[in-house]
Amino acid sequence: MLEIKNLSVAVDGKEILVGVDLTVNAGEVHAIMGPNGSGKSTLAYALAGRAGYKVTSGSVRYQGRDLFELSPEERAREGMFLGFQYPVEIPGVAGMNFLKSATNAIRRHRGEDELDAMDFLKLVREKAKLLKMDEKLLHRALNVGFSGGEKKRNEVLQMAMLEPRLAILDETDSGLDVDALRIVADGINRLRGPDRAILLITHYQRLLNYVAPDYVHVLAGGRIIKSGDAALALEVEDQGYGPMLSDAVAA
Amino acid sequence: MASPADSAQTIDDFTDGDYKYGFVTDIEADTIPQGLSEDTVRFISAKKNEPEWLLEWRLGAYRHWLTMTEPHWAKLYYPPIDYQASSYYSAPKSSDDGPKSLDEVDPEILEVYAKLGIPLKEQEALSGIAVDAVFDSVSVATTFKAKLGEMGIIFCAISEAIQEHPDLVRQYLGSVVPTGDNFYAALNSAVFTDGSFAYIPKGVRCPMELSTYFRINAANTGQFERTLVIAEEGSYVSYLEGCTAPQRDENQLHAAVVELITLDDAEIKYSTVQNWYPGDKDGKGGIFNFVTKRGACRGRNSKISWTQVETGSAITWKYPSCLLIGDNSVGEFYSVAVTNNYQQADTGTKMIHIGKNTRSTIIAKGISAGHAQSTYRGLVRIAKSATGARNYTQCDSLLIGDKCGAHTVPYIEVKNRSAHMEHEATTSKISDDQLFYCQSRGLSAEDAVTMIVNGFCKQVLQNLPMEFAVEAQKLVGISLEGSVG
Repeated sequence: MLEIKNLSVAVDGKEILVGVDLTVNAGEVHAIMGPNGSGKSTLAYALAGRAGYKVTSGSVRYQGRDLFELSPEERAREGMFLGFQYPVEIPGVAGMNFLKSATNAIRRHRGEDELDAMDFLKLVREKAKLLKMDEKLLHRALNVGFSGGEKKRNEVLQMAMLEPRLAILDETDSGLDVDALRIVADGINRLRGPDRAILLITHYQRLLNYVAPDYVHVLAGGRIIKSGDAALALEVEDQGYGPMLSDAVAA
Repeated sequence: MASPADSAQTIDDFTDGDYKYGFVTDIEADTIPQGLSEDTVRFISAKKNEPEWLLEWRLGAYRHWLTMTEPHWAKLYYPPIDYQASSYYSAPKSSDDGPKSLDEVDPEILEVYAKLGIPLKEQEALSGIAVDAVFDSVSVATTFKAKLGEMGIIFCAISEAIQEHPDLVRQYLGSVVPTGDNFYAALNSAVFTDGSFAYIPKGVRCPMELSTYFRINAANTGQFERTLVIAEEGSYVSYLEGCTAPQRDENQLHAAVVELITLDDAEIKYSTVQNWYPGDKDGKGGIFNFVTKRGACRGRNSKISWTQVETGSAITWKYPSCLLIGDNSVGEFYSVAVTNNYQQADTGTKMIHIGKNTRSTIIAKGISAGHAQSTYRGLVRIAKSATGARNYTQCDSLLIGDKCGAHTVPYIEVKNRSAHMEHEATTSKISDDQLFYCQSRGLSAEDAVTMIVNGFCKQVLQNLPMEFAVEAQKLVGISLEGSVG
C-alpha cells in the first residue's frame, strides 16, 4: 500500500525528516509515536502533499505509484485521507455541503455515480449517528466555533464518508475525553479491513488501548529509531522515550 | 509535478480567467462622430423625435454638467477621461425607425443575444421573464409586451415611453436623480440614448420578472442608458438587469442612471448582474462604469430592495441608494463585488431615513484577488424626522492572495436619538491552510475557492431570483478563475 524509502523532508530549509523507512501493507494498522518535534506531523503532511514540505531525498510509492507525481487532491481521490491535528475552519461553508462536494469528487474519480441529496443525507445521518454527532453541527460552517472534540469527531466522520484506502490520523486522539476517545476509536476500528491501512500518529498509548496496532514505530530526530509490536507502545508508556533515545545515540 | 512543494497549489500565481462575452459583432451602425457639444445633445434629441420639454431638460443638464468637475473622492485610480473622444450615439442601422415587432429585428442582433443566452423570440424565451434588450444606444426588442399590457403594465424602451406615455415620463424622470445630482448623472441626463421603462399600475403584482439586457458593441462609444421603474400603490415588480461588452483594448465609458419610485405599500426588487468586460490580466481595456442608481420609497410601507453582483468593469463607481420617505418604508442593499487582476471597485449604498419607523439593511460582500482593490463605501443617514429608524449594516471582505486590497468606508449620520444602528465588518483571507484542507478531501484548488467564495456570498446570492442565482454563482466562480494555482 505504502512504501517509504529513505525519505528526507525539509521545511523552510530545515531538515525535519532524515531518512525515514516504513512499509505499510493493506490490512495493517501502524502507530507512530514520538516526542514533540520528532517529525510526526511533518511525515503526515509530506505524505498528503502540503506545500512547503520539500522532499529532499528518498521515495514513496503508494499503491504502486510514485506518490510525488500526484497533487494533494489526486492523492485524496486515490484513497488517501489525512485526519488533521488542527482541523481548519472554513467560514460560510456548511459542513454538509463540504462533505457532499468531497464525497462526490471522490466518487466521480472512482467512476461511481454522484450521490443525490437524499441518498447523501441518509448516509451522513447513519454515519453521524454512529459517532454520536449532532446533525446540527453539519449545518454549521465547517469547524467554525466547534469544540476540540467536535472537530476531531468531524474528521472521523469525513473519513467514514470518504472510505479511504489509507487513513493517516494525526493526533486524532488529542483533546478528547474518555467517552469521546472511545467513540472515535470505534469509528477507526469500523474502517479496519483487509484492503485498508491505517497510520495512527499519537503521543500516547491511550488510543492504542482501543485501536490495537499491528506495528508500533518510534520516530525521533526525524528517523524511526525503533519498531515493534503493540508491546513497544507499553514500553514507551512505562519508561518514556529517554532510554530509546540514548540507545539510538549510542548506536 | 515533481515534489509536494511544487504540486501543491499556492495562491500567489495569477493567470487570466477568460471573459466569455468578449466577442464583437459586425453590424452596420449609425454612429455620430466623436465629441460632445450642445449640438450632440440636439442631435440625439432630434434623432429620437423628442418633445421640446425633453430637449430643454437635456440642455439644462448639459449646461449644468459643463460647470461640474469629475468626482475623485472614490478610491479609484485611472487616467483622465477625454469626454470628447467618445461617440455619444450609435444605433444598429437596420432599426432606424425602430422595429415594429421581433420579426423586424436584425437577425444578427438576435444572434448576439442568443450567444449571450438570452433568447428574444418569445416562443423560445424563458417563461416568466420579459426582456428589453438594449444594444449600444438603442433598445432593440422587448418581449411579452402584449401579455403584460393586458394587466396595464407598461414595459418598453424609455424612448418609446417618451412617445407613448409622455405624461408619466415627464412626471417622474429626474424626480429621484435630478439632472444636476452629480457629474455622471448630469452627463447621462444630457446624452442618454435609451433604456428601459416600467410602470406597474395600482394593485398589480407583475406576474413575470422584467429584465433589461445591456450590450455595448460599437467601439469608441459610451453607453448612457436611463431606466425608470414606477410601482403604483400596492403593486410589486421584480426587475433584473444584465450587462456585457466585447473585449477591447481601450476603455469604454458607461454612465447609467436608474430611478425607482414606490408609492404606498408598493415593492420593487431590483437585481443586477454586471459583467461588463473587466480588462485583461494586465489591466488593459475594460469598461469604466459610473452609475447612479437611486430609489425613492415615497409611499407608506413601501419597499425597495437592491441586489447586485458586480463581477465586471475595470472601474466600478456605483452606490444604489434608497430614500426612505414614507413612514415604515424599507430599504435593502445586498451586494457582492468581485474584483480580480487589476479591477477596481468602489461601491456601496446610501440609506437616507426620512420617514418614521423606516428600516434599512445593508449586506455587502467584497472579494478581491490578483492586484484588485475593492472598497465598500456607504452612508446611513437618519434625519431628525425619522423617529424609530433602524439600520443593520454588515460588510465583509475576502482576500485571495496578498497583492489585493479591501477597504471599508462607512459613514453614519444620526440626527434622531431613537435610532437603532448596528454595524459589523470583517476581513478574512482564503488561506493556504483552507485550500490544502479542501484538497486533502479531494477538491481541486479552484473548486475549493469557488466553494469558499460562494459560501461567503450566500447571504447575498440567495436574494436573487432563482434563474439568476445559479448564473451568478457560476459567474462568481468564473470571475475568479486563474486566481489560484
